[in-house]
Parts: sequence; C-alpha cells; structure tokens
Amino acid sequence: MALTNDIIQQKLQEKFGDAVTNFSQPYGMLTFEAPKEMNLKVMQFLYDDDQLAFRFLTDLCAVHFPDNKGNELAVVYHLHNLVENVRIRFRVFTSIDQPDVFTATQLFSSANWQERETYDFYGVNFVGHPNLKRILNVDEMDYFPMRKEFPLEDQVRIDKDDEMFGR
Amino acid sequence: MDVREQIKESNKDFAGQIIETPTGGIISGTFDDIVNWARSNSLWPLTFATSCCGIEMMSTASAKYDFSRFGFEVARATPRQADVIIIAGTIVNKMAPVLKRLYDQMPDPKYVIAMGACAISGGPFFYNTYSVVKGADHVIPVDVYIPGCPPRPEALLHSLIALQEKIKLGWTRAQIRENSLASKV
Ligand code: SF4
Repeated sequence: MALTNDIIQQKLQEKFGDAVTNFSQPYGMLTFEAPKEMNLKVMQFLYDDDQLAFRFLTDLCAVHFPDNKGNELAVVYHLHNLVENVRIRFRVFTSIDQPDVFTATQLFSSANWQERETYDFYGVNFVGHPNLKRILNVDEMDYFPMRKEFPLEDQVRIDKDDEMFGR
Repeated sequence: MDVREQIKESNKDFAGQIIETPTGGIISGTFDDIVNWARSNSLWPLTFATSCCGIEMMSTASAKYDFSRFGFEVARATPRQADVIIIAGTIVNKMAPVLKRLYDQMPDPKYVIAMGACAISGGPFFYNTYSVVKGADHVIPVDVYIPGCPPRPEALLHSLIALQEKIKLGWTRAQIRENSLASKV
C-alpha cells in the first residue's frame, strides 16, 4: 500500500497525540509542528517505523519570525522516504533568547554541517553537536546575519525603484 | 586617436638602441628600460578566479581571444611563479586573508589587476552585505581596474595592455601620482 500523507498523519497522531500540531499539506507536502523538546523523538519514530522509514535528511534550516514573541526561531526539517519517494517537513519553534534545540547528528550524519550552517546564520544552539562553530562566515563575526534585525538593504534608498525588482 | 593606434604608437620602439657594426650589432639602452620592456612582454598570470568573472578570464585565455598573443600565456597555478594576479571575482571576508597571502607569496615585482565590479567595489553585493569586501584594494594594492560585470574579454585584454604600458613607463607610485598617467599613455 502506498504511503500517503493521511497515513503518516494518522500514525503520528496515534503515537504523539496532541503534541504534534498544525498539520497542513501545502503543495501536497505534509507539514506539521512539534514542541522543540520532542524533535528527536519525532525524527526517531519517523526513522524507525518500517512503514514510514524517513531515513534521509534532505534539508535542515531555520526561519526567523521577529513578531512571533517567545517563538521567534523555527528550525525546519525536511525528511525523505527514499523507498516510497515521499517527503515531509516539520518545524520546531524556539525562543530567540534561549535558542537551544537538540542536535540531530546522532540520527543523521548529514545534519552536522547543516546544523553548523544554521548556527552560523541564525544562531540556533544545537545542544550536543560535536563541533558547533561557524562554517561559511568568518570566525570573528559577532552576529547572525540572516536574523531579521540585520538590515539586508538600506531602506531609505530612493534610487532603487521597487517596480524594477518585482517588489 | 584610436586606442589601438595609440598603443601601437607608444609600443613600437624597442626600449634600447641598436648600433650596427660590421660584425653584427650592439644593443645599448638604459638597463631599467630594457628590463621593463622584457618584463612587460612576459607576464605570467596566477590562476586565480573567485567567481563569475573567472569564466570570462578563462575565455580570454582560450583560443578565441587568446591572451598569449600579448605575452600572458604561462598561467601559473602557484603564486611563487606568477607576476600578475588578476582578481577575477568577488572577494568575501573569508577569502581576503587568502588573497593577501597569495599576494605576499608572489615574488617582486608583482602586479595586480582588479577585474570586474566586485573586485573594484564589491559590485552588485555592495549594499549592506555581511560577507563581501567592498573592493579588493582594501586588501592589496591594485594597478589596473577594469569595470564591467563581467568585463568582456576585450576589456581584459585592454587592461593587460594598459598594465604593459604602465610597466614600460617604469614610474614609481609617487611619480604616477604626480604626473597624470592619462596624458602620457
Ligand atoms: S563583477 Fe559581476 S561577473 Fe564579475 S564576479 Fe562580480 S558579479 Fe560576477
């Protein structure tokens, strides 16, 4: 039987009950949220279950929502079941004052560099990561450039016509 | 005058003088002039390209544009054998120490060409970026700047010829600053 989004959702809800929330399927890809303490449990379950078998970490990144007080940073995991060719995505939220999230390196080796990158740009502190230091930017950098408080562009420039840039 | 004519004009003479004698000839001239003349016609570039401008540099090196016509054919993969470094591409903060180190490893005399908007000023990445050096001349001194994003191979050839002219002129930095180069070349 093919693995559908509904089966995945049902299995997750059976296992974790109300802890997993906000299920949706934008563009056909199952998306949900979990509390940040449970990110490893959820991933381990998705990995171990013979039917789900999400054993490939496609992508790991973060998003900054400055208006989402108390839950400013989201860490996003994209997982792939290579047998059924099904992808899912789930997010955990953390406050920006204490951005501690458990590392996924024990489960996926590929998480190592991706978490370093996420730390580099968003300052997410991956607890238990074997080598959490900057990977792309210079070591001396003392801020996290992809956070929204870092201005990407001078907002008062008038020589750039927004229409030309599709904004 | 057409630029090519101009360059041909200032380039046509051998730096020294040839004195014919019955048994052959004698070359005489200022030692510096002859050295500079020889040097300018055999500049070995360092193979160094950090982004898209590098593609244009490769094209300049290959058959269609062929910068070996002007004496740049021996591209070196080690700075210890190179005379000129063509900064072809964006220099990011992480690359800046590497660029400095390469430059320091090159034997004197050494020359630098800043190719493209990125190497001149940070180019399209100028506005409040967190990673790009706003001009390679913050890191090492630059002899010739070529604008463009990327500059066409003809522009790179032009800048290489301009560098040759600069070498043949044999001026120090201070002299160049005093006498406007534009009026001489
Ligand atoms: S100047 Fe333009 S073409 Fe050259 S490296 Fe920069 S972005 Fe690329």
